[in-house]
Formats: sequence, structure tokens, C-alpha cells
Amino acid sequence: MGLTITEKIFSAHCKKECRAGDVVMAPVDGAMIHDITGPLAINVMKEMGGGSVFDPKKVIMLFDHQIPADSISAAENHVMMRTFAREQGIHNYDIKEGVCHQVVPEKGRVKPGDIVVGSDSHTCAYGALGAFSTGIGSTDMAYVLKFGELYFRVPETIRINANGKFQDRVGPKDLILTLAGDIGADGATYRALEFCGNAFSDMDIPGRMTCANMAIEMGAKAGIVPPDEKTWEYLRGRTDCTPFSLASDEDAKFFETRDYDVSKINPKIAVPHNVDNVVDVTEVAGKPVDQVFIGSCTNGRYEDFARAAEVLGDNVFSEDVRVIMVPASKAEYMKVLKAGLIEKFVEAGALVEAPCCGPCMGGAFGLLAPGEVSLSTSNRNFRGRQGSAESFVYLSSPETAAASAVTGVITDPREV
Amino acid sequence: MGRAWKFGNDIDTDAIIPGRFLTIYDPKELASHAFEGTRREFSKEAKDGDVIVAGRNFGCGSSREHAPLALKGAGIEFVVAKSFARIFYRNAINTGVLPLVCPDTDKIADGAEVFVNLKEAYIEADKKTYPLEPIPVFMMRIVEAGGLVEYAKMRGNK
Repeated sequence: MGLTITEKIFSAHCKKECRAGDVVMAPVDGAMIHDITGPLAINVMKEMGGGSVFDPKKVIMLFDHQIPADSISAAENHVMMRTFAREQGIHNYDIKEGVCHQVVPEKGRVKPGDIVVGSDSHTCAYGALGAFSTGIGSTDMAYVLKFGELYFRVPETIRINANGKFQDRVGPKDLILTLAGDIGADGATYRALEFCGNAFSDMDIPGRMTCANMAIEMGAKAGIVPPDEKTWEYLRGRTDCTPFSLASDEDAKFFETRDYDVSKINPKIAVPHNVDNVVDVTEVAGKPVDQVFIGSCTNGRYEDFARAAEVLGDNVFSEDVRVIMVPASKAEYMKVLKAGLIEKFVEAGALVEAPCCGPCMGGAFGLLAPGEVSLSTSNRNFRGRQGSAESFVYLSSPETAAASAVTGVITDPREV
Repeated sequence: MGRAWKFGNDIDTDAIIPGRFLTIYDPKELASHAFEGTRREFSKEAKDGDVIVAGRNFGCGSSREHAPLALKGAGIEFVVAKSFARIFYRNAINTGVLPLVCPDTDKIADGAEVFVNLKEAYIEADKKTYPLEPIPVFMMRIVEAGGLVEYAKMRGNK
């Protein structure tokens, strides 16, 4: 019997055949820590006996959640991490590069076939490049920092076979929201999702990142797109790795295969307060929104802002809506800037902020008051996620967010 | 003996500890904000020996270890649920809050007098007992070592 991509990646790392269900100790190729979960990992590593990190070149450090420091305690955490980076010889991107899940791929810190862990649940995003990447807690991270390996249960795989061509103004976010709605918030717990079919082979890397990023919203441990020409093209100049083939065997055993025709998918929206609470945008159209956020590790890339700009056209944003836009990294910010989109957005009434996690997790800025409604391109709409527990967060594509920011009410982007 | 704090399905880590408190690492201080938006009385009334009893997918969402730490700071030693989100499950084991799977949590009422017998793998609630599923063997090694920190110490410095 053949192996899935995930089983192949674990087999290669453990130098023995690994099958779903096996509990293995596997070496990692990268370990990412940021300003929220990093300090705890560092403290716990010290409790474990301290010493040197397993390999400073494989540790990725940056600050993205509360930057520039929004409180004295955040500033103190940054100082503590900077000190640790200096002592350990770890390159620290600090507050200068952007959101972890954009910066790690962008800087060539992950490649197909790698096992990468991050103390952030959306670390599954690097599956967009054919890596097995997963989010872990700070104590697990402390163990990784010290020993360079971690125990894993090799997951079963749910294969998503998506084919067809998206309708205009419908895209990867609508597809992944559709999946979240169908599979449910815990439908893929302990499993890996594998994204196949021509909808994925036609999809650009940013779109694949949007999808892999949200695998965790179904409880999945990873979300993997098999590497192809587009993957190797993306990695050229970022890493020195040469193309190789990595795909599940024909006779690999899948837990389940789900088929989708993406041409039938309409613009989708997750309504409060769960990510799997997904309906067609038309079902909640007309609902007034107070704030629109376009950005995050899910939808903060140039392509996302280009989609929003296309929908905006020559319109301006509604007087009644606060539009906050945050490109996910310095490089993406520069692309958006050079394309003239920042000028366009600012003139249309948006605030365009420097790269960071922004309002996504209700920490640094853009928090909501009781009763307020936010439409966000990020990945979670849990109660209180973006501020008051009495506020309401909806999740959508950049197209739907832009259309709604123009009209001031939730709007199907095909109607603007 | 303690009281059962009953919760539903899909209790996320933002509900357990909201994002604006993540610069805090002290369990007691985190506990003072636990369930602040959704169950305000918890942080004031929870005490040692109380048990969280929940439905499916407890601890979904963010990998923040502040979540099990906040529960630990509130005196919670056991979370008994129908199922757990993967990252929370590991974090809980690692920080010494034991996640225990029990298919019968619907039968346990909020406020019930509860007691967990780990050795014999059951939870007693208002004098009725419900079986708990065993912790996987590998995880049990970490539990028996006293958490991942102690497990790492046993492994020693490289």
C-alpha cells in the first residue's frame, strides 16, 4: 500500500516507514516563534534546563501581533525576546518584516517536504508550499527549541479534490469557507487535509496560502498542497532547493475524499460566532457593518488587495464604515504601494496600516465595542475575538469585504 | 470534590482567555481574566477541585498556552469533555491540566458536585459515575513524568 504526502514526509524525517496512527519523534526543519507565544516558550526552555537552542539557523523569530509595542508589557516581551535572539545567535526579523505566516515562506524559511512547527495555530499555512507544518503550544516549542525534535502522531489524510473554474469575484477564500462549513470546526481534528484537483493546480501560491492557513479551522493538523511548477517558481531565488516530486501514491490510503466543483461555489461568509457557520453572502446581504478589515495571514497579500481594488473600482468606501487595511508583510506592502493601490485605498477612505496582525486577534488596535459588526478577511470570528464579547465578526473574501465597505452593508461582490 | 462548570461545544481559546491579555504569563493573573467575556462569574467563583465539563472540540482555535494556564491558575486540574481540539489537548497535558475524554458529559449538570478518579478512570457527578477514556500511552508517559518540562529534564541537557 502506498503512502500519503504526510506519511512520506514523516518517513523521510524518521528514516523508517511511518503510517497514519504511528507516534513518532521527528526532527524539525524550522521552528517559528513570535511575540505572543515566544516569551513563554523561552521561559519554559529555561525551566527545562536552558542551554543553547538546537540550531539557531532553524529558529525563526519575529514580532507581529502587538507591534509596534502597544503596551509596556508588550515592549518588555519584545526586549526579552531580542535578548534571547542575541544570546543564541538567532536571526530576529523583529517588527520589521510582517506577519509570521507571510514572512516564513517569503524569506525562504520553508520548502516542500519540510516539517516546520510554529507556536501559532495558523502555522499550517506553509502546507501551501508542500511542507508539513503545524501549530504547537509554547511548552512543545520549548522542547523543540532545546532538542530540535518533537513527538507527533502521524495523521490520516482527508483529500479534497477540487476542480473547475471559479466564478468572477469568487476565489480561494470562498472555497475554504465552503470546506469549513461542510467539514465543521472539528471535522478534521487530528487529520491532515490534502488539497488536490485543477482548482488547486490553477491557483496561485497566495490563494493556496489562504486555503492551507485555514485547515486549523476544521481542527486539522496540516493542510497540504502537493508542490508543482508554481511552487518551485515561487521558491526560486528564495531557497536553494531544486525541484523534486512529492505526491501521495496512487494507492495511498485516505481517510476520506471529498469532491468539489468550484464553479458552483458562490461568495461565502462565516457568520458569528463560529468559523463553520458558513452561508452564501446573499443570505445575510443588507446587514450594516461598522468596520471592515482586509489583511491578516489569511488574506493580506498583494493579490488580495488587487482583488479588493478591482471591486472598489472608481467608488469610495461608505462614510459609515471604518476600513482598515493591513498588508501582511513589508514585501507585500511594497507591492501594493508600487501598484498605486495604497493611494487608491486611502483616497477612497481607508486606513492603511504597516504590516502586522492588526485587528484579527483583538490585541493591538481596531477593537470592537459592544453591538458593533466587523467584516473581516481574517480567519476567526469567535465571540470576543476582535474586542467586546458583545460584538459580531463575519469572515469573507477580500472581494466581499471590499464590496461591503463600499455599500456599508454586507454585499455580494458580484453586484457592485 | 468540586463543582462542575458546564460548557457547550467548540469552546475556543479566545473565550478562555481573550487576545488582549496575552502579554500576561502568570497563571493566577491569567485566571482573573478567564472566560471574561463569556462567563464572568468563573474567575471569581472557581476554586481548587472544580472541574470543567464540556461538549465537543474544547479548546479550539489559537495555540495560546495562556488558555490551559488560565484554567490552572483558577484551580482547575481536570477538563472533562466529549472531545478536544488537538493543540489544546497537548498544551493541557504539557502544563498539567489533564484533558479527559468522556462521552457522557451531556448527563452532567452545571453546578453538579463532581470528583475525578484518575486511577480508576471515572468522573462522579451528583453521585453517578461516568467512565473516562484512557489517556494515550505516549501522553501518559509525559503525565507520569510530571509534564513536558520534567520529561525534558529527564532527557537531560544536550
